[in-house]
Amino acid sequence: MRAPDSPTEQPLLELDNLRVNFHTATGIVRAVRGLSFTLGRERLGIVGESGSGKSMTGRAILDLIPHPGEVQADKLVYRGQNLLTMDKGSRRKLRGRHISMVMQDPKFSLNPVKTVGEQIAEAYRVHHKASSREAKERSLTMLEAVQIREPARVYDLYPHEVSGGMGQRVMIAMMLIAEPDILIADEPTSALDVTVQLQVLKILDDLVTSRGMGLIFISHDLHLVQSFCDRVIVMYGGKAMETLPAAELADESARAHRHPYTLGLLDCLPDLDHRKDKLATLKRDPAWLA
Amino acid sequence: MNTNPAIIVEKLNVSFGDSHVVKDLSFSVASGESYGIVGESGSGKSTVLRVLAGLNREWGGDVTILGSKQPKVRDKAFYRAVQMVFQDPYGSLHPKKTVDDTLAEPLAIHGIEDAEARIERAMKDVGLPNSFRFRFPHQLSGGQRQRVAIARALVLEPRILLLDEPTSALDVSIQAEVLNLLQALRKERNLTYILVSHDLAVVAHMCERLLVMQFGRGVEEMTAETLAARSPQTAYAQQLLVASEGFRRQTA
Ligand SMILES: Nc1ncnc2c1ncn2[C@@H]1O[C@H](COP(=O)(O)OP(=O)(O)OP(=O)(O)O)[C@@H](O)[C@H]1O
Ligand SMILES: Nc1ncnc2c1ncn2[C@@H]1O[C@H](COP(=O)(O)OP(=O)(O)OP(=O)(O)O)[C@@H](O)[C@H]1O
Ligand SMILES: [Mg+2]
Ligand SMILES: [Mg+2]
Repeated sequence: MRAPDSPTEQPLLELDNLRVNFHTATGIVRAVRGLSFTLGRERLGIVGESGSGKSMTGRAILDLIPHPGEVQADKLVYRGQNLLTMDKGSRRKLRGRHISMVMQDPKFSLNPVKTVGEQIAEAYRVHHKASSREAKERSLTMLEAVQIREPARVYDLYPHEVSGGMGQRVMIAMMLIAEPDILIADEPTSALDVTVQLQVLKILDDLVTSRGMGLIFISHDLHLVQSFCDRVIVMYGGKAMETLPAAELADESARAHRHPYTLGLLDCLPDLDHRKDKLATLKRDPAWLA
Repeated sequence: MNTNPAIIVEKLNVSFGDSHVVKDLSFSVASGESYGIVGESGSGKSTVLRVLAGLNREWGGDVTILGSKQPKVRDKAFYRAVQMVFQDPYGSLHPKKTVDDTLAEPLAIHGIEDAEARIERAMKDVGLPNSFRFRFPHQLSGGQRQRVAIARALVLEPRILLLDEPTSALDVSIQAEVLNLLQALRKERNLTYILVSHDLAVVAHMCERLLVMQFGRGVEEMTAETLAARSPQTAYAQQLLVASEGFRRQTA
């Protein structure tokens, strides 16, 4: 069931008019152009086109925008704490422990010269007082929880020795072991087969339901977002085109209320039951960014 | 369509130390065919493609590509005929090279003349503006990097493309454009594809036949029609079909 929506409860995150700009030799790249949302103890999906600013939104929340990017916002508040005026050190402390992000390129985000198991154990020990034996045991349990077969063997593998889907699950294990309040998961299951994917989503779902974690779930998989998330933001060109209850994505009778970009996306999907020679493509309208 | 197989794999075995990750795998792909591989994460799909592409030198069994038995080490002509798009585009792009360098390099290695025109066409084919040619990988989004990786495989105009999750990092509108492009190229140039994907609808759209893998073995080979009709034989393939319907929350 959905997390209880109590109106008196403070949101986990409030974001108002977020902008992320990159000043480059050839001009300003406006990666995020005025995005606003609040996150409760829920599963909030973000879908949208490649390059529309989804990953940069997650990074901005964590204060991880790479140089020469700059972040501006009218409001960025985590459980009542103003992140915009908070010093770097305090933001670093929130990162990992309270707000975590599963990066889109897991293998790139892992340290290539350390085994994946050591890296999970280290993530645990940064935030919890534990002996190295305890940390190893916790890490093995986490690997098992994310459905890794033979966790003891995989613990000792280096990042280049694990498959694409194993790398994603290692990242998820590493981010969950600290038990954050907010998890930003950037395409966390795109390399997983559909059965393992559902098992991993079940873990995230339980954390939202039982611990009241807030989840931002960035994905290209519209079916998955529709069946898994509570609400979904549809992004295009750095802006939200619309925010809607996720279940309405697939609701044929709600089509008239949908933004044309959202409809365009839905129409591009290959469909097992209606196979055709050529997939429909999207006609982009400059008016969407006006 | 030519009925000579473009790719024949017989009793392929691959081990890393003590772990035996591909076990007695056999299949063949006709010339001009598009063949799908789906299956469990860690079941050996990428490893199979890496063996076919000549990137893995420790394997047993027989691999025949375009009529010749393949040695462990391949020659330059091989790489012009067979190209691979990797699952992990960040890892496969050199961090210090611009998009332009990445696309120009294979053309230079093979001494191809009309490099400029080919690069421009490949950029356009994958839907990237020309201004992106001077960007580095870290200045691109995940899907933009994946499109660079696809463009790099296309510039050489190979005869066989090994595609490892080529569209999993793309939004569905770019995915549709890339899939349409791949289908058009295949018809036009009689290309042969192996496509690894977790998305059953993508596989059914792109491929005539597919192989389901689990624990390093091929558990079932079927046609796209069988998949679309949801009538595979094995329990594992049935399970995949059920899981592809989406997430179901247990209502207590
Ligand atoms: N260092 C940089 N310099 C210039 N532009 C950049 C830089 N880093 C990112 N960008 C641009 O910012 C935009 C937003 O990137 P972001 O990674 O947030 O996209 P995304 O929505 O996550 O896309 P995808 O679905 O492809 O991962 C992209 O168009 C990207 O090219
Ligand atoms: N260099 C290596 N050293 C040790 N083990 C390896 C190496 N490369 C791959 N493996 C192992 O081989 C198995 C198969 O990996 P492979 O990457 O082929 O899986 P996959 O089917 O592509 O999975 P995914 O869908 O998650 O990408 C995994 O258990 C992996 O850990
Ligand atoms: Mg991204
Ligand atoms: Mg793989």
